[in-house]
Amino acid sequence: MSVKSTAARRPTRGGAKRRGDEPGLVQLLTPEGERVEHSEYSIDLTPEELRGLYRDMVLTRRFDAEAITLQRQGELGLWASLLGQEAAQIGSGRATRPDDYIFPTYREHGVAWTRDVDPLNLLGMFRGVNNGGWDPDENNFHLYTIVIGSQTLHATGYAMGIAKDGADAAVIAYFGDGASSQGDVAEAFTFAAVYNAPVVFFCQNNQWAISEPTEKQSRVPIYQRAAGYGFPGVRVDGNDVLAVLAVTRAALEHARSGQGPMLVEAFTYRMGAHTTTDDPTRYRSDDERVEWATKDPIARLRSYLDRQELAGEEFHAALETEADALAKRVRDGVRNMPNPQTMAIFENAYADGHPLVDEERAQFAAYQAAFADAPEHSEGPAAASGKGH
Amino acid sequence: MSETAPQMAMSKALNESLRKALENDPKVLIMGEDVGKLGGVFRITDGLYKDFGEDRVIDTPLAESGIVGTAIGLALRGYRPVVEIQFDGFVFPAYDQIVTQLAKMHARALGKIKLPVVVRIPYGGGIGAVEHHSESPETLFAHIAGLKVVSPANPSDAYWMLQQAIECDDPVIFFEPKRRYWDKGAVDVGAVPRGLHKAVVVRPGTDLTLAAYGPMVKVCLEAAAAAANEGRDLEVLDLRSLSPIDFDTIQASVEKTRRLVVVHEAPVFYGAGGEIAARITERSFYHLEAPVLRVGGFHVPYPPARLEDEYLPGLDRVLDSVDRALAF
Repeated sequence: MSVKSTAARRPTRGGAKRRGDEPGLVQLLTPEGERVEHSEYSIDLTPEELRGLYRDMVLTRRFDAEAITLQRQGELGLWASLLGQEAAQIGSGRATRPDDYIFPTYREHGVAWTRDVDPLNLLGMFRGVNNGGWDPDENNFHLYTIVIGSQTLHATGYAMGIAKDGADAAVIAYFGDGASSQGDVAEAFTFAAVYNAPVVFFCQNNQWAISEPTEKQSRVPIYQRAAGYGFPGVRVDGNDVLAVLAVTRAALEHARSGQGPMLVEAFTYRMGAHTTTDDPTRYRSDDERVEWATKDPIARLRSYLDRQELAGEEFHAALETEADALAKRVRDGVRNMPNPQTMAIFENAYADGHPLVDEERAQFAAYQAAFADAPEHSEGPAAASGKGH
Repeated sequence: MSETAPQMAMSKALNESLRKALENDPKVLIMGEDVGKLGGVFRITDGLYKDFGEDRVIDTPLAESGIVGTAIGLALRGYRPVVEIQFDGFVFPAYDQIVTQLAKMHARALGKIKLPVVVRIPYGGGIGAVEHHSESPETLFAHIAGLKVVSPANPSDAYWMLQQAIECDDPVIFFEPKRRYWDKGAVDVGAVPRGLHKAVVVRPGTDLTLAAYGPMVKVCLEAAAAAANEGRDLEVLDLRSLSPIDFDTIQASVEKTRRLVVVHEAPVFYGAGGEIAARITERSFYHLEAPVLRVGGFHVPYPPARLEDEYLPGLDRVLDSVDRALAF
């Protein structure tokens, strides 16, 4: 094989390859904010619904920005920003019904928003007061999962249960482009296909798995992988909230109606760092960031709303006020979040209890109580050891 | 136990136990590779597919992480999956799901959700199998908080403990001693079962305590019988559960006999014997006449079948340790 042909086979990354107009990318709103039609996926939303999606994205971005700030101020140990992925999350989240069940990663703050999960609930884990902290069944929104791809199997099993129950609900499993390399995701695809489980696999391809580009995960576009498992895959412009909503609705309906799983690849971009510990300037170019900035999902819908005169200054001013209030609530909520009681360490390790945990709890309680009862030490060890000599 | 209790092989007792669980609770599911039409490679699920159908007895793709991961999802939906891992050495592709997800999800949700999943693992050696078919990885699970780990040693316990594991709201790793599958014993299906995690004195004695579980209980009983010929009266404990461990019963026995030898197939290094020795030393230091000794596997990969009789603790190695403990 010649050097030239090897080079030709090498996957490339470039602006031209990623334009929204490439074949197979479902788009209903161009980066310039113009409505376009798609032969398979259409949507017809009222002005109020359109403003609702815009509001969701703006508030989610504001929440995210506030969380980053709180991390920088030392109030959160870590934060995984969704900046740039608002359309993928709001569009897909708003496509779900209340009886559908969501299995997120640790970045689905926008999806959580659409399920009425209190944003403060999402912050407990990042503040370090718990490892999850909410009842998944309250909003049919499962706990954040940190191990990459694990939740796609939980989602598939849950969907198998829905099918057994004869319910017409569906499950949506979120994961990233990096997770598509995980064995668990492959196994989830296999199980879902074999059992015709009503699950939508929703991949937010934000182009980067920390520092590794999508080309390090897959030689084919991720949505095409579904074909190998025997179910449909579709790539949607993940920065186009209308297209994401339309495609995810269709995918969920596909699943609910007994046609089995479907893979949606939302082609989007993580504008910020992977998490607050990450430094994306080490691995990606300014050109790339700038190019994707022109596809900003919020600016895109704003441009459409303005063009159609669907949202006036009054709407935007009120939304700004609402965002400020949300940010304040989040800020105050995090700062006032109580540390867990020490003995909470021993809680909920087991549902039916465990004698060893009981024993260790009692020992640790006694150990702590000993400090509470001990008289104050007035002398240091050196002085104490000097006594009697 | 009533004297009329039928004799049953452990494999049959497990099968009857699963049948009863499927009958009693429509949410119970059996999942695993080959558990359906074949009835499992050891036939533990024999006939269940025929009688309960493919919705309750689910032949799965050949993917252990997928089996446990989807079982977690089914449990979240309200089902009680009982999954079969075909052999001990094949559990590791599922280890991530068991350790990072199954064990911790209840805590993550601050107790709001329960994960009643049972993972059945045929384990241990002595059947002349090839690599990865004879291992004893039980302490790798007992070390993980959030899991319960048990192992029956006889058909009666196999019958009762499996149903108790299925009824438990915590994940239970259920280790089945595969070389005891064909051993028969009385199973009183009308009895009141003892606690899932209670250790049992299976042979009372006065001179030394042998503590074992799963496949080694029988070896220890044989060792005790042999020692009796030499005038030594050994007590044998069947621990039955490795997480939690019933230390009270071990302590009571040791404070009577003053000597303890722990026997298991798993490697001694970082094994259950070490944990038991440490705890019993702490609890009963002034009662002990000898250090707690351990008999078990070596710190080597499980050897090829032609060497497993040397690797596995047998009568002689157990009795050698008994001699050592009594010589202090």
